[in-house]
Amino acid sequence: MIRLKVNGKNHRFNGDPNMPLLWFLRDEIDLKGTKYGCGMGLCGACTVHVNGRPARACLTPVSAAANAAVTTIEGVSPDGSHPVQVAWEELDVPQCGYCQAGQIMSACALLSSKPKPTDADIDTAMNGNLCRCGTYLRVRAAVHKAAELTAANRTRPAKPAAKASSARTTRNGGNK
Amino acid sequence: MPKTSLNRRTFLRATALAGGGFMLGLYPKAAALAQAGRGAAPALLPANFISIASNGLVTIASKNPETGQHALNMLPMLIAEELDVDWKDVKIVRAGVDNKYGSQFTGGSIATPSNWEPMRQVGGAARQMLIAAAAQTWGVAAMECSTASGRVVHRATNRSLGYGELASTAATMPVPDFRSLKLKDPKDYKIIGTTTRDVENKEIITGKPIFGIDVTLPGMLYAVYQKTPVFGGRAVNANLDAVKAMKGVRQAFIVDGKPLPSNFPNYLNDDPGLEAGVAIVADSWWAAQSARAKLEVKWDEGKWGTLNSEDIAKKAGELSRQTPARTLRKDGDVEAVYKRSDVKVVESPYTFPFIAHAPLEPQNCTAHFKDGKLEIWSTTQTPQIGRTILSRVFGIPEKDITIHMVRGGGGFGRRLYNDYMCEAAWISKTVGAPVKLLWTREDDMQHDYYRAGGFQYLKGAVDKDGKLIAWQDHFIGYGEGETFTHSGQIDGNEFPSRFVPNFLMQSTVMPLGLKTGALRAPRSNVYSWVFQSFIDELAHAAGKDPLQFRLELLGNAPPKGTQGVMDAERMIGVVKLAAEKSGWGRRTLPKGTALGTGFHYSHRGYFAEVAEVTVSADKKIKVNKVWVAGDIGSQIINPGASENLTQGAVIDGISEMLQEISLKNGRVVQSNFHDHPMLRMSQAPPVEVHFLKSDNTPTGLGEPALPPILPAIANAIFSATGERIRTLPITKHGFSFA
Ligand code: FES
Ligand code: FES
Repeated sequence: MIRLKVNGKNHRFNGDPNMPLLWFLRDEIDLKGTKYGCGMGLCGACTVHVNGRPARACLTPVSAAANAAVTTIEGVSPDGSHPVQVAWEELDVPQCGYCQAGQIMSACALLSSKPKPTDADIDTAMNGNLCRCGTYLRVRAAVHKAAELTAANRTRPAKPAAKASSARTTRNGGNK
Repeated sequence: MPKTSLNRRTFLRATALAGGGFMLGLYPKAAALAQAGRGAAPALLPANFISIASNGLVTIASKNPETGQHALNMLPMLIAEELDVDWKDVKIVRAGVDNKYGSQFTGGSIATPSNWEPMRQVGGAARQMLIAAAAQTWGVAAMECSTASGRVVHRATNRSLGYGELASTAATMPVPDFRSLKLKDPKDYKIIGTTTRDVENKEIITGKPIFGIDVTLPGMLYAVYQKTPVFGGRAVNANLDAVKAMKGVRQAFIVDGKPLPSNFPNYLNDDPGLEAGVAIVADSWWAAQSARAKLEVKWDEGKWGTLNSEDIAKKAGELSRQTPARTLRKDGDVEAVYKRSDVKVVESPYTFPFIAHAPLEPQNCTAHFKDGKLEIWSTTQTPQIGRTILSRVFGIPEKDITIHMVRGGGGFGRRLYNDYMCEAAWISKTVGAPVKLLWTREDDMQHDYYRAGGFQYLKGAVDKDGKLIAWQDHFIGYGEGETFTHSGQIDGNEFPSRFVPNFLMQSTVMPLGLKTGALRAPRSNVYSWVFQSFIDELAHAAGKDPLQFRLELLGNAPPKGTQGVMDAERMIGVVKLAAEKSGWGRRTLPKGTALGTGFHYSHRGYFAEVAEVTVSADKKIKVNKVWVAGDIGSQIINPGASENLTQGAVIDGISEMLQEISLKNGRVVQSNFHDHPMLRMSQAPPVEVHFLKSDNTPTGLGEPALPPILPAIANAIFSATGERIRTLPITKHGFSFA
């Protein structure tokens, strides 16, 4: 019996301990935000946090996450209000969007260790996340933007990160 | 007003155009459906697309599959503009798959050109019906009424009614003849030309289950499918009992598959999509995949089990020394030019590999076959074609097939083909339960419809004034007789035909045991590299600046409007714009750093690009920056999305310079992103995007920005190092991206 905590919720698992965490998340507890892209640690689409550190869920056996606290894209914020998500939404980063949960998880991990990353820091931290659609330039811009939003929040802790606009498409969104 | 370059005649003629651009020839059904929405009768009913709630909220159905190209937003933007509502009051919903929407198709960059008029007409017709409703309510003439922000206004009496209040009356008004509609003057556009964010942006960044791989049905089982590793092979037997005994496995069975209708079919329309293999169905995907590790299959490899890439290359070399099988175009006499003493002759072989689409979301499909009816959830780019194929394969009428479009994690042409759909349906029918089929990355990379590889033997000559006067190309590809492999054809109209007095395009084809297909900017994505690299070679032979040489070549255009020839003026415009923005010829660059350029016309789009690269002594290439200049007509409908898509096209094109699919014993060698790589963030250059707005109907952007980047970089590498890239991937020359 494996116990683990995902996004603050306790789970138990009785099945194959070698099953990658990715499939536990997606198919056992129905958290579909974490994506499968390669199964070999090459694309980063499956990036989650295990005890606060980024991990590739496709290479992490569920047994290796025993007693750990796992955070997935669904646990970043309930409503997309985390500064990284706000930046991603404002800059309209995604094209197909498939890689973006992994990108966001890597970005969150980077910003928690380096609140003001340089381009080189971003390249290093994000190089494991492939984007087949080539949104890298916006990903980089969004990481910088998220760093600014986080810094601004720190000086105004009472307010939410930024007003997340409605799910409905809004005019004048995106950059440029 | 922009000239409408898409009347019916042009539409049909477009199939014959050069540049690999016009995809309609490949997609006859899509073209027919696009046609259905045009012409005299308002075949597209506004009510099918628009519903207006009494509170004024406007819901617009977006009809095309979405794989990241932003059509989900773009089509409703066109409707909303002419409906004259504020974008904030618009809610977008995904349409079902139904011929009442006209063509529902993602490919060939045709969403904009084929919908620019009909979608605006849908919005304009609805607006006119709302006006008619208001006029009737007030007892005034419709022509005295105007609209703004979702209201009909009667200025003379200072009255107005919201669309929500008028909706039910408007629904009873006759649908106006689309030809009678007066559409907006572009200077009054409020939505077209303004960035709107992807309507599913928020779902994406919060990890909502919106992709094909996320579909879940009650009672659903999971499947993997081990297909024949060799084209045309079949499973003779397998240790099915051992596999069935594995934990969680429900069923395991051999699928004999359906034969292809011919050796080189049009895979898009004619592939039954059911290759032979072994299906494993289990309670979870992981259980199915774990059981697969134990699967042992005895394959009958058929006739392709000895095919090797080296042998293909050797054969092409032999064919290059023989008389070409076909002559596709002959102008003047190239041989006579080579004999002259006052010319410089250049000869170069170019070789390019098969490559895979590898969208980040591997192929998958969820199917439920029940009581003779089929329900499908799919990321397909061609749901209507898929439905026709399923109907044929399963012998059930199209009306008994329901397809739900689900967002796809990238398409790039891979999802034009519906093999995963047939497989999932077949497995569901066999096991009698809803089934989600999910391929592994390895399945995806080894069972693609690959961008066709090929060989081009070029020869050309410049005269003593440095003018290009002869161009010859022996294209060696795949096919039989006069049939090229699907999406691997070439024709005699390729640039620079008609710009050079002596031109000869010939071809020879070889047999092939591999499926091929359309990959983002099919053919153009690599022919551009061949043609624009060779133009560069000729420019250097002529002792001319490569960009100036191109402008001179474009200056030799045949009379404007010559059938099958691009508009040279538009291309000159973007070449000059790219030169200006990149500082071409005006900057001194350090040793090892250089600029290169290329242009290409495809999918009705005109693109010129300049790349700046720095190459180190150990042949590591840093792409410092890329400048893109494009002309896709009078409007950039969604500027933010257009920039994103263009930058992505450039990065995609650079990735293609690294990729290769090769064959060993009939099997695809590459399996995952380690041996079929794509660019990573640290390698991605800044990409500056500039659009030249010309007086032409807006056209598509999914593809045409890609082709020029390959030659721009290859030409920059030459200028920086003196080494000419004549074989892709660049690793064959010892280069890599830093
Ligand atoms: S799916 Fe885990 S790194 Fe690609
Ligand atoms: S947005 Fe498509 S893979 Fe990144």
